[in-house]
Formats: sequence, structure tokens, C-alpha cells
Amino acid sequence: MNELLELTTTRNNPHVDPFMAMWEWQIPVYLFLGGLVAGMMIISGYFIFSGRHKESNCACFSIPFISLVFLSLGMFALFLDLAHKPYVWRLYTTFQIKSPMSWGAWILILVYPALIANIMMKPSLWMLRLYPKLSLWSGKVNQHPFFIKIIGISNMILGMMLGAYTGVLLSSMGSRPLWNTSLLWVLFLVSGLSAAAAFVHLFAKNKAESELLAKADNGFLVVELFVFVMIFLGFLSSARPHIEAAQLLLTGPYAPTFWVFVIGLGIVIPLIIQLLAVNHKIRHTAIAPIMVIVGGLVLRFIIVSAGQYSHWFNAHFH
Amino acid sequence: MPRYGMVIDTLKCVGCSDCVIACKTENNIPEGYNRDWIVTEARGKFPTINMEIRTERCNHCSETPCVSCCPTGASHIHDVGGVVLVDHEKCIGCKACVEACPYDARYIHPDGYADKCTFCIHRVEKGLKPACVEVCPTYCMHFGDLDDPNSEVSKLLQSRKWHVNLPDAGTKPNIFYLV
Repeated sequence: MNELLELTTTRNNPHVDPFMAMWEWQIPVYLFLGGLVAGMMIISGYFIFSGRHKESNCACFSIPFISLVFLSLGMFALFLDLAHKPYVWRLYTTFQIKSPMSWGAWILILVYPALIANIMMKPSLWMLRLYPKLSLWSGKVNQHPFFIKIIGISNMILGMMLGAYTGVLLSSMGSRPLWNTSLLWVLFLVSGLSAAAAFVHLFAKNKAESELLAKADNGFLVVELFVFVMIFLGFLSSARPHIEAAQLLLTGPYAPTFWVFVIGLGIVIPLIIQLLAVNHKIRHTAIAPIMVIVGGLVLRFIIVSAGQYSHWFNAHFH
Repeated sequence: MPRYGMVIDTLKCVGCSDCVIACKTENNIPEGYNRDWIVTEARGKFPTINMEIRTERCNHCSETPCVSCCPTGASHIHDVGGVVLVDHEKCIGCKACVEACPYDARYIHPDGYADKCTFCIHRVEKGLKPACVEVCPTYCMHFGDLDDPNSEVSKLLQSRKWHVNLPDAGTKPNIFYLV
């Protein structure tokens, strides 16, 4: 006969019981958009740093404005999640060194000037029509190659900080075993880079860049698979709460979504399609990039949801 | 500085919920929410099953993930007794502290801020006991300074066997259950 362990509680706090469900759609949507923007900043920063901006159709001119819009949408989702909205300004009256969320709030403040500086390198026509003075500013920025390098480097560094912090935000929570792996920021950063490479590939006008991004995306997808293996190896060789957390994704209630949408349709199949495409066996289509982007979004949803579901067990009764 | 904690005798607790009602009344807790609650745990192999009834609340831990994750400093350790409190005027309702607590002891108050047990610090600072301890009909709850070796709680911990909840979570809880 099996050993019995039954807990009955009179607590029934909304969104806490029977299992934690405090963070809903807003958080994964923000984490996804934050990761996507982080990836796009790194790509744009790299293109600028490596001198690709000398070509007039470089993606680094269209990326920053799209990033600005996506990041603002993500931050709006984050704002919608706040339960005490009138007090949101409190984030910016302090810096809490141990709080990843406080770090994130300040990183986001630094990301905007970096994106705006990138936009200033070549403002769109509609921007120049609205604010003709922009061309003066743009001219000043472009006069100094040193400025341009700084814009490239700052976009890469802030992109990395943004992408990494979205993972650290969750992994710092020792209370939720599934999040409690120091590899989570690597997973989110690589997934963000992969989604960004796929997204920029979709609208890149420069053929060489488009091809480079498809190749880079294949690399990111392979690394992402490798990081998944490492995370699960870590969990499965750890203590019971962590083994149970890994099983939620591998064999438990989240397994069908995880294997089908995150691993299958989100990584493996687009990787095969893109490998064939970069080797000129088939033509590039929008199918693989869209699969990668959707896979990245589903990944954030599943990690947030299953992470909240994962918990410590009562090990105290001796 | 004192370190406030509770010692709860699970051999005396009958799960009557008086502590729960006292807390809700004293602290004006909205309907459907709880700062403290009763847990019944049954464990073992039939027919040798062991049952423990206990009253639970925020453990006012010494290691506080709920405080360190807070982006505004709303979640803080009080000057008196190391009690973990939330400053409602600083809380933005981001829910990070709710997620960070391995005991799930926090919730979001309908007014938007994170809320939890305060050890009735407003009473304790007047020399009174927390409301839950005050009303317990079986006298199973004891409140006091864990750092004072002569306090009632310290003496109980020296003389009886005890456990804490989720010791593996590593938060060093300050509520002890006598067994």
C-alpha cells in the first residue's frame, strides 16, 4: 500500500489557491516582446558595429522604431498587470539592488535613448515630415563615426541586459522550482535572439542580411535546444521539487504543449526548413520564421504558467 | 533587538478557526481572503496514519525573498522584531513578492496592494498579543522573542520537539510547530 500524504487547507485566496496563478497573459506577452526587442537591439547593434549601416537598406534603420513600438506595447502589458496602478511611479523613486524587477525598470529607461539614438541615424521620411529639424540632428550624429560605434555597442549591451533580465526576473524566485535555474536567462536570451532573427529576416530588404539572419537563426535554434537539454539535466539530477518541476514539461500536464509547440513546431521543424533554405534546396518562405516567433511566445506562456504551478512539497513531517 | 516568532503546539490545535476569525475581524480582511488558515495534514501507511492540525500564516522568515524581490522597497523588515511588512503606499501591485513566497502566504488585496500577516504589530507594539494568539481557546499558540533565551517561546523550543514548514526552501521561517 502506498504512503498517504494529504493536505487540506481552509485557505482559498484568489489567484493563489489551489495553485499560484497570479501572473496571467500580461507577463508572458511582456517577456516575449522584451526578449524580441532585446534580440533586435543586439542584431541592429551588431550590424552598426560591423559597418553594415553603410548600405542604405540595412535593417538597422528599420529595427529601432519597430523595437520602440513593441517595447512600449510590452511595457503597457506590464502596466496592465499591476494591481496598484496609481503607484507605478514608485518604481522610479528608488533602486533596489537585490530586485531584478527594479533593475529591469531602470534598464528599460536606458533602452529608450539607445533606440532613439539608433533611429536618429536615419529617421524615416514620415518622421522628417513631422519634425523637419530631425535632419539637423541626424546630420550631427552621422558626422562622427565614433558616435555611430557607440550607438552600435550600446544597443548590443542594453539588448543583452534586457534579454537577460527577463530570465533573471523569474530565475531569482527560489519559491518556484521550475524557474529556479540560473540557465533561464540564457534560454530567454537565445530564444529572444532567435525570434528576432526570424522576425527581421521577414522584413529585411538587404538580401545578404536576410541570408545571414536565416543562418544565424539556425545557430540560435541549435543553441536553444542545447540549453533546454542542460536545464533538464540540471533539474533531473537535482532534488525532488526540481525533478517534479521538469516532469511538468517533459511528461506532465504541460508536456503536449511543450513538445508540440515549443520543441516541434517552434524549434525542430523550422530548423529543418531553414537548413534546407540556406543550403538552397528550397526557397525561403515566411513559414519557418513565423513558427519560430510563435514558438517563442508559447515558450514564455508555458514557462510562466508551469513555473507558477511548480512548488515545494511538504518535506517536514518526519 | 528582539526577533518575534510563534510557537504552535500541534498536539493542542483542534483546527477550530478561531484564530482565522479573530484575524479577519481585527485586521478587517475582505471576504474570500485569509491572512491565516488551518491546514490538516495526514501522512503514513494505513492503519498507522499520523494527522497534524496546524494554524498557518506568513512565517516572518529571517531570509526574505519577498523583501529582496520587491522593486520599490514596499515589502520590508520592520524596525521592531524583524517582522515582515508591506507599505501599502509604496506597493505597485506587481505580485513579485506573492510569487517569491514558497508558503504562498501573500495575496493581492482588492484595493491593489500585496497583503499578509503582520503579527498584529499594531497590537504587539502596545504590549498586546497578536489577535490570533489572544483568542486561541486551547492555548496552543505562543508569541514572543526567539532571541531571548528566557522567553516562553525559547523555552518551549528547548524542551519540546518541533519542525518548521518547508525547511528546504531555505527561508529560515520563524514559526515553529511543536510535535
